[in-house]
Amino acid sequence: MTTNPLLDATGVTKNYGAVAALRNASLSVLPGEVHALMGANGAGKSTLVKILTGAIKADAGRILIRGQQLDVRSPADARRAGMLPVYQEPALIPDLDVLSNLRLTGTPVEPFRAWVRELGIPDLDIRETARHIPLAILRVLDLARALAVEPDVLLLDEMTAALPANLAEKVLEVVRRQGDAGRSVIFISHRFVEISALCDRATVLRDGATVGVVDIEPGIEERIVEMMLGIRIEKTLVAARAANEVAVAGGGRPRLSVRNLQLGTKLNDVSFDLANGEVVGVFALEGQGQDELFAALAGSIRPTGGTIDVDGSPVKFSHPSDAIQAGIAYVPGDRAEALAMQRSVRENIALPFSAAPRKWGPIRMRREQVVVSGAIGRLQIDTRAQGEVQRLSGGNQQKVTIARWIAANARTILCFDPTRGIDVGTKQEIYKLLRELAGQGKSVLFYTSEMEEVQRVCDRVIVIFGGRIVDTFPVEEADEAALMRAAYGLPRGAKADVGILAEVKPGSSAEAAS
Amino acid sequence: MSRFLRNQGWVAGLFALLIFLFVVTKLIQPGYGSGDFGSLARAVLPYAFAVAAQTVVVIAGGIDLSVAAMMALTSVTAASMMNGASEEYALFVVPFVLAMGLVLGALNGALIVVTRVPDIVVTLAMLFVLQGAALLVLGAPGGAAAEWLKASVIGTVPIPGLPDWADAWVPKALALLVVCLCIVWIPLRRSRLGLSIYAIGSNELAAFRSGVPVARTRIVAYALSGLFAAMGGLSLTISTGIGAPIPGPYLLASVAAVVLGGVALGGGKGGLLGPIIAVFVLRLVRTDLTLLAIDPNVTAIIEGAIMVAVVMFGAFITIRGRPLGATP
Repeated sequence: MTTNPLLDATGVTKNYGAVAALRNASLSVLPGEVHALMGANGAGKSTLVKILTGAIKADAGRILIRGQQLDVRSPADARRAGMLPVYQEPALIPDLDVLSNLRLTGTPVEPFRAWVRELGIPDLDIRETARHIPLAILRVLDLARALAVEPDVLLLDEMTAALPANLAEKVLEVVRRQGDAGRSVIFISHRFVEISALCDRATVLRDGATVGVVDIEPGIEERIVEMMLGIRIEKTLVAARAANEVAVAGGGRPRLSVRNLQLGTKLNDVSFDLANGEVVGVFALEGQGQDELFAALAGSIRPTGGTIDVDGSPVKFSHPSDAIQAGIAYVPGDRAEALAMQRSVRENIALPFSAAPRKWGPIRMRREQVVVSGAIGRLQIDTRAQGEVQRLSGGNQQKVTIARWIAANARTILCFDPTRGIDVGTKQEIYKLLRELAGQGKSVLFYTSEMEEVQRVCDRVIVIFGGRIVDTFPVEEADEAALMRAAYGLPRGAKADVGILAEVKPGSSAEAAS
Repeated sequence: MSRFLRNQGWVAGLFALLIFLFVVTKLIQPGYGSGDFGSLARAVLPYAFAVAAQTVVVIAGGIDLSVAAMMALTSVTAASMMNGASEEYALFVVPFVLAMGLVLGALNGALIVVTRVPDIVVTLAMLFVLQGAALLVLGAPGGAAAEWLKASVIGTVPIPGLPDWADAWVPKALALLVVCLCIVWIPLRRSRLGLSIYAIGSNELAAFRSGVPVARTRIVAYALSGLFAAMGGLSLTISTGIGAPIPGPYLLASVAAVVLGGVALGGGKGGLLGPIIAVFVLRLVRTDLTLLAIDPNVTAIIEGAIMVAVVMFGAFITIRGRPLGATP
């Protein structure tokens, strides 16, 4: 290879106490290249990005930019060197308006506006306080802010994870063009579809070390997964399951029966059943009312109309504890919402059943111990850092949130995007787990932002658009095209092409997303 | 317009409350006039500086328990330096004491940043240290203040072109307060430093990632707090003519006014105007209750009740006022 790399990091090492987050990571990015950085959760991707962008300091290693050794000590240094990150969490200051946020980082306003329009948000009010802007839009603004200063190397960490399909499409398009314009992009994502559409090469990390650099070409996915996990895994579709597994759903009265549910302007006339032993998928673009549906079923907000029946008898939840009492548990997508981050794995799992409001008094430690270790074993939670949940990887944290409801023996689990931002291996385990639960006669309501998960996990899928259920598919018919059409509110069987529609409608969808 | 109301609604509401209180005062005491307003302004002066000191650090996401002690130390330092000294010497004393506040405040900030001991602990420790130091400087109330300084808070500001009755409503103490606060605050609000102070209070991690030097900004915030506290200490010496080593009730009053003034205790939100108006509100309530000859102990209870009621009412209005599902 004759071109000199724009960014060349070698032998990067970082230890947190006795734990090695990075052992020997290297990353070399050529000018004009979109470079994927891949690895299972806990492999060290985020640590490497933080080191490259000056958020933390490496213990050892060499970072060359355009052949010159550079000591990046702070985000401001990295910015000067032309390396700009867009992190997973929004980086705008919540209490400042967008304009002040731009001034804070010295970002020119006009290029920023141009990029925002380019990225599919035509009507941004830059006087709006960041706190009042929806998450998906904030992430796009983060990206626009980075693009506006024309960085040489743009680092995108799970950029598309929280984006609705129409915005994600725009983002990918813009990233692709960055590469064509001779700038480099380091792209972190768990979605192979994006990587194969976008990236030129990929660097794969495992356990804090670079295990390979590959060119992206058709069929490379298997090899990358192999490298990430260190073992050959079968690309099993959970959806391909025996007919008798699905059949449990038939007969008997439904476990959960929702009729004409209404919640302000967010939900309208939502009716569906969830049978025992059934996994029902919910698919929707960002902000179509799915958040409110789950919150209402979990007892966090009260619906303004309609009924919810559990096992045939009507219920009214005025507090999440009522829902838990009825055996309905909520697993949020954001782990921080569910876990007491500073407490141990044991306490977090035991929380719902030892701290039930009507059970004050001494905790039966021995029984708790048995239940908790049962759940830990069953979910294969990595307990090396069990003293504090915040030190676990994202995937293991998500397992803890699910494990607590298995330990509490909840009969219905409401999973809201449970695999967001976690690695392929753990995703597989979670799919398997949800199917197992269904096999034991439990019922699962499963919202996902990834279409392929629908086929892997669900028996049926309902599609929500604008607060209404617009369609219900059995899993066999829920291919990506059908789901996408329904999610955009198109009648089934319409021939319009989804890709084009996504381009025509970004404005209206962006509003809907807010 | 609606945005102005959303951002400044709290301040506007407080101002309305203040006007209402003036009307009430006039009803209770028909003789309430410009002279009484002047003494209100003089009484508010040290409180207002204490509140300004607290506001800066609270916006930066911290808290400063050493405000009152810092005022006491700067006050006795100024009083003992000016004791028996010439009138001109005070020209040196004022900047010296202000610099002292700035340095002590920066010390607060540096300790918090370097030792990583929580701000509440560091400033509590500093409270004790400064209290002791104040007693070392002056064992008992004493010292003196230059005459020209004393004159700077007594009387009214003659504004050319204004009739005397209008002049009478512009006490020098109020003018001094406005000038001192504006000199520091307005340039700050317009600078990147000011934005950085709001940024670290709002979300420290996001601020760090935006390239804000978090540690340096925090130290500056505490230094500014020290500067305002020193202004408060000077104003004490000026208005009483002596220095008192035992801190006054300014710490809790400053926290109360910050909260009442619409500054979020978590940081990142609010401004200086709100807390300053809040100080006037709290002082005026006290005046009214005194005029009504209410038991001082009951007065304290009423003050507490008003605070909770106003903050609760304000939060209620804020929640109701926000449009459902904010649009980008």
